[in-house]
Amino acid sequence: MSIPADLKYTKTHEWARLEADGHVSVGITHHAQELLGDMVFVENPTVGRKLAAGEECAVVESVKAASDVYAPIAGEVTAANGGLESAPESINQDPYAAWMFKLKPSNSVELDGLMNATSYAAHVESEAH
Amino acid sequence: MPFIPHTEADIATMLDSIGASSLDALFDEIPADLNCAGLGGIPPSLTEMAVTRLAHGRAAQDGFYSSFLGAGAYEHHIPAAVWQIVSRGEFYTAYTPYQAEASQGTLQLLYEYQTMMASLTGLDVSNASLYDGATALAEAVLMAVRANKAGVRRVLLPDTVHPRYRAVAQAMVKNQGIELVGVPFDKASGITDLAALEVLAGEAAALVIPQSNFFGALERVDALTDWAHAHAMLAVAVANPLALALLKPPGLWGEGTQTRGADICVGDGQPLGVPLSSGGPYFGFMTARQALVRQMPGRMVGRTVDLDGKPGFVLTLQAREQHIRRAKATSNICSNQGLLVTAATIHMALLGPEGLKNVALSSHANTRALIDKLVSLLGVERVFSSPFFHEAVIRVNIPVPDVLRALRAQGILGGYALGRDYPELGDCILVCATETKTEDDLEQYRQQLERILSRRNGRDPSVPPCAYK
Repeated sequence: MSIPADLKYTKTHEWARLEADGHVSVGITHHAQELLGDMVFVENPTVGRKLAAGEECAVVESVKAASDVYAPIAGEVTAANGGLESAPESINQDPYAAWMFKLKPSNSVELDGLMNATSYAAHVESEAH
Repeated sequence: MPFIPHTEADIATMLDSIGASSLDALFDEIPADLNCAGLGGIPPSLTEMAVTRLAHGRAAQDGFYSSFLGAGAYEHHIPAAVWQIVSRGEFYTAYTPYQAEASQGTLQLLYEYQTMMASLTGLDVSNASLYDGATALAEAVLMAVRANKAGVRRVLLPDTVHPRYRAVAQAMVKNQGIELVGVPFDKASGITDLAALEVLAGEAAALVIPQSNFFGALERVDALTDWAHAHAMLAVAVANPLALALLKPPGLWGEGTQTRGADICVGDGQPLGVPLSSGGPYFGFMTARQALVRQMPGRMVGRTVDLDGKPGFVLTLQAREQHIRRAKATSNICSNQGLLVTAATIHMALLGPEGLKNVALSSHANTRALIDKLVSLLGVERVFSSPFFHEAVIRVNIPVPDVLRALRAQGILGGYALGRDYPELGDCILVCATETKTEDDLEQYRQQLERILSRRNGRDPSVPPCAYK
């Protein structure tokens, strides 16, 4: 299972990456896409929407299930990855390249509250039992 | 496993193995005041012969009327083959089967039904049916609100939509924080008033557009659809499916070159092979543009290929549904009506597009002929000026209940009294003549109405009472 060390993670299996321009990209983890199986549909939040931390804001649908995606931190949506509409399978192929949406953080300090790779690995391990 | 209820011995064995002394002891944790002491009002049992006799007697009370009553449920000829085929054991189930893909025949039929409805309404996708027309409208309202990214929870619902549909939609959405806003109709034409819409403009997720409307009148669907889209609303059609055999399909509504047509179309499928049956069961239909498919409620059948490349049918897009998404499903109460859909599919297949169009045309022609006859009488006038499909409103100069009662006494159901739903139309009757009516039937109605009016208006009766009795 791939858990890059330079990302932050949530208990609900989103990853968050602080980009050079101060925005935060969000996607779902390798573990999440593995559980869900082949992706068939992604519904992203609209640009401009203001999200609270933990707010339900997107849906990923696989051949097995549909699952909600939660905002890892508070912020305003500045971009949504339109490419996923026609190619949702890119989440399966490379979950850490296939970002879903970008946020302008309300307070980037919130990122520090998320899990690092080591804690997330432990979290995944604990959920397996 | 034989389908035999537990015997006394079975029950004793089971109670023994879990250590309960009796059934009452097993359930003794239920508070006594929650137990009902038996069902009151149930008469003693009857023999089959007695029940048959009772049921025949009750059925006879319905009488045999020449019906000009529509108002949402319409008498049409149903070819005998339709229900003969529907009654085959292979089709005889109310629901999509639980082990769906094992029932390829049922799925193929539903797929063909969906294809027919998509074609009839001019939209991309159809579900496998809903409970009835009224709940289909409520589901369309919920769907439009879900699809609204700005979170607007307000829908414009014209007063010309069937009053019962409006009541059901209101019951289903009011506790979900959705506001349904009425739109008045123009008193001269009987169709939705565009000027009134302008006054109501403001944020809304959708505009509902009936065709034909409750008065049988044809709405200006192109202008209404364009208006909805220009105000960032979805256009939700509520259509009589039979009317669509003649009229422009909702998927093509709108006049601009940029128009995308109505976004959702719902309605009651009863005119397509379902008998009146004192008001139900009927079935609801729903079609939509492809872009909204993930917001659709209900089951949907898709065509695919198996591992060997052979065609087959499956339930598809199930992530919308409650067994996958639970509380977040697009609907948790979207019962479908598999058996009635089976009838509708066979009915449409037997009639074909031309046959369906002919039924629609002769219903329209009969209603026109009837209205012409009736308004030629002193004391009767047409109320609305708009073109109509197979129903229209007349005003009479003596009390409506008296007219309908007197007609009924002559074996004629003269129509629907509008005063209950529209107090300002208390002297008006909604009249419908489908393809089942002959020239003689229309003439009988005219003669009897003439006699009733003359008597009440103090002129000599020219026609003796008798006709259908």
